[in-house]
Amino acid sequence: MSPTEYMAPTTPSRQWKHKDLLSIRTLEPWEIDLIHDTASAFKEINSRAIKKVPALRGKTVVNLFVEPSTRTRASFELAANRLSADVISLESSSSSFKKGETLKDTGLNLQALNADFMVMRHSCAGAAQFLAERLRTGIINAGDGAHEHPSQALLDTFTIRERLGRDLKGLKIAICGDIMFSRVARSNIWALLKLGADVTLVGPSTLVPPVFKKLGVNISHKLEDILPEAHVIMLLRIQHERQRQALFPSLGEYVSLFGLTAARFRKCRPDVVIMHPGPINRGVEIDSELADGVNSVILEQVTNGMAVRMAILYLLSGGQPLHVAPGAPLAPHITSPAS
Amino acid sequence: MMKLAPRDPSLVSTYDRKLGTRSWALTGGRVIDPANRRDEIGEVYVRDGKIVAEIPVNESVEVIDCSGLIVCPGLIDLHVHLREPGQGSKETVATGTRAAAAGGFSTIVAMPNTKPVADGPNTIAWLRQRIAETAIVNVYTTGCISQNMAGEALAPIGSLKQAGVVAITDDGKCIQNNELMRRALEYAQMFDLPLLDHCQDYALSEGGVMNEGYWSTVLGLQGWPAIAEEVIVGRNALLAELTGGTVHCQHLSSAGSVRLVREAMQRGVKISAEVMPHHLALTDESIAGYDTNFKMNPPLRTKRDIAALLEGVADGTIEILGSDHAPHATYEKEVEFSEAPFGILGLETELSLFVKTLIEPGVISWAKMIEKLTINPAKLLRLDKGTLSPGADADITLIDPAREWVVDKEKFQSKSRNTPFHGWELKGKAVATVVAGEFVFSC
Amino acid sequence: MPSSNVLLDADALDRALTRLSYQVLERNAADPRRIVLIGLPTRGYTLAQRLASRLAPIAGFEPPVGKMDITFHRDDLELNIPVPQVSHIPFDITRRVVVLVDDVLFTGRSVRAALAALSDLGRPAAIQLLALIDRGHRQVPIRADFFARKITTELEDTVQVKLTEVDPVPADVVEVVSP
Repeated sequence: MSPTEYMAPTTPSRQWKHKDLLSIRTLEPWEIDLIHDTASAFKEINSRAIKKVPALRGKTVVNLFVEPSTRTRASFELAANRLSADVISLESSSSSFKKGETLKDTGLNLQALNADFMVMRHSCAGAAQFLAERLRTGIINAGDGAHEHPSQALLDTFTIRERLGRDLKGLKIAICGDIMFSRVARSNIWALLKLGADVTLVGPSTLVPPVFKKLGVNISHKLEDILPEAHVIMLLRIQHERQRQALFPSLGEYVSLFGLTAARFRKCRPDVVIMHPGPINRGVEIDSELADGVNSVILEQVTNGMAVRMAILYLLSGGQPLHVAPGAPLAPHITSPAS
Repeated sequence: MMKLAPRDPSLVSTYDRKLGTRSWALTGGRVIDPANRRDEIGEVYVRDGKIVAEIPVNESVEVIDCSGLIVCPGLIDLHVHLREPGQGSKETVATGTRAAAAGGFSTIVAMPNTKPVADGPNTIAWLRQRIAETAIVNVYTTGCISQNMAGEALAPIGSLKQAGVVAITDDGKCIQNNELMRRALEYAQMFDLPLLDHCQDYALSEGGVMNEGYWSTVLGLQGWPAIAEEVIVGRNALLAELTGGTVHCQHLSSAGSVRLVREAMQRGVKISAEVMPHHLALTDESIAGYDTNFKMNPPLRTKRDIAALLEGVADGTIEILGSDHAPHATYEKEVEFSEAPFGILGLETELSLFVKTLIEPGVISWAKMIEKLTINPAKLLRLDKGTLSPGADADITLIDPAREWVVDKEKFQSKSRNTPFHGWELKGKAVATVVAGEFVFSC
Repeated sequence: MPSSNVLLDADALDRALTRLSYQVLERNAADPRRIVLIGLPTRGYTLAQRLASRLAPIAGFEPPVGKMDITFHRDDLELNIPVPQVSHIPFDITRRVVVLVDDVLFTGRSVRAALAALSDLGRPAAIQLLALIDRGHRQVPIRADFFARKITTELEDTVQVKLTEVDPVPADVVEVVSP
């Protein structure tokens, strides 16, 4: 069942109005619905033998990945290709950053190449907004530090809707893992709350500090407590790098407390949806067989990611100031009404 | 508070003239000289660049009408980054002292985190030469506590004293080694040098770029928690108590710090503290747009912290006001938030912002505020400044408490433009600054 | 005051659909089982569904019906970004006769987009166009193979097809509204 079939028919007033997609926190719930509905159409196209449409013919998409990423970059690249856009990808290793060029200068240079969109991944929170405020080019935040990763949350919520065939109101959703440093968690918290879900963050008290309650979510440090009622369990990738060593003692202890093992899975609802943004650590966040089991939608997330990213690029092309003359005033990035 | 007559706009340019006589009198203004507990409508006399009690009757006197103005000792800012030597693209002694004059400050104290850092007498000598040649207000120098400001070995504090520094500080950095801090406090006592400390525990604030709290959580920026300041304030209180040395905690930002300083003062510890206007006027919510002009160290905190800081100013825990004037070039601030340097301009908005945060809400009186901007920092640093006593240098600031103005960073005297207050409508402004009997600024 | 003029009431529409289904069958009499109906959302698809059920008794089988969104093939995406609908074509169109169904034929640009969209789905033996109303003002060289009414309209007029399945009306109606 596709999301559109249970949602209100589209009306002409539902028009995307932003030049950029920077965060979920600043979106209206209907804007999330709009992206989901549009993604449904693209998902159908992605199921065809010929998966390409001419919607963005003649547009240029630059993938600017100042922090390395394989899957998100590939997903956006393919999404842009399937919309018939011209797409180039710049990774930090090949970009000018190592030569000391500032982000602003890199952005201005890409704008001077008449890029219509920049899909941007950066290790600094706010980097996407920084460029969005300084360029006419539409900026799509593909992850900025620990701030947000909007397309991931949009594809995650799309996947939940599709799998459960219903809206998210009242669904109990657990997000488990390294919440403090996770942009995926933040974007999902906002998306899920805006769509009416009941969100509980689960993890060690050091990675799930009490301040998160102020965002409107519940907090638990015991995975077992929330398993019986959770409709969806989102697992986040956990790493034990140097900066985490004061925050939890070892991966082994993490698994023993928060890993989704077969034993813990038996406490779950039979129809529980298991999600993971990838890449998964088998045997760490999740038991290997569970990751491949019928409750897992991990690969559907990847498939849906394409459709959602096509929808984002397509909708943003309507939020673009069209044919901007050189030297024309910068469009305000928040509301640039489409013509 | 006494009633002030409204100021006659036709007098605006009066102060600007070259004074033709040796002697002159400022009349009709509200004279506030906290060092002498003076707050009255009255006269201040100047002769040969000094304050005098009276002018001989047979001598010609130029009279300047100061009706409606506050006449007070030249303001002192004990926390200024002039960036020379080494970072003249941000600020110079010439531009920084002009910014000071425009803000009503006749005396400023330069921090030693220059390039190279001022950790030896040669750098101090160079800087003092530069000051002699280019400064238009009084500039005092400070030296580092530790060699190369690295927090590992004591700087030559005795030589620094001989070179003329008025305090030692590693401002911008904080000595993490408690043993070194203890010895610095002990050693500096030989030279009667106060120690000014930037209170920041590095482990607790590692990677931090803004206050740890709701907004850092929402924005995904690494938190710089209040506890990282408080731990060091607490340490400083204990070490000052142990050694009998004088420690001054710079730019307090958190409620907990105010409490710790207050408790230590009550025990008789030689500890003092200062607060900056931005920590009273702004909260961490200002960073919601990732504007790097709101990035400071210590970071902007919460309304609760502001309330505690105001209480500390009111009850005398915080006896000194400063600016932490920290110029940075526009291109340096035009970067990702976490990559941008900390700090903002202070001198040219400082007085008006203190009026807004301290006088307008009735936290303290004009007299109290001027005390914290004149005689209190002078006492801490043993400066022969901050008073209108006869015999003192004629350093005088004239303040129009009713003057309304809009902050325009493009009109700043400073070489830099990094202010979060651009466009703010403020009331109360220095309209003239006098250094040793000469007008160095008027408007 | 806008004025409206009823073109077809429910009965007339019913008769027109019957007639159209015979015409489609006649045209493809050689091999009627090759017929597939593809409607353009929203009302073209509803009409296609109705035609299929009309064809069932007279053709002896019910031809498959698909819904095809043409948004991404439109030539005016620079001006307007419509929200797409989900296409649903659960059959292969190659070597079939595709009868494209739309409610109103106007500039012809939607049909041009539909032809482009169809070419992404396969290579039909033939494509035929069925439009309930042909209101003129073509901007591209396209004509309808089957239509119920051909009318003359002013450019500013709108032709509104209201069907009980998708519109809040008690009975079907087709009307011309003049501003």
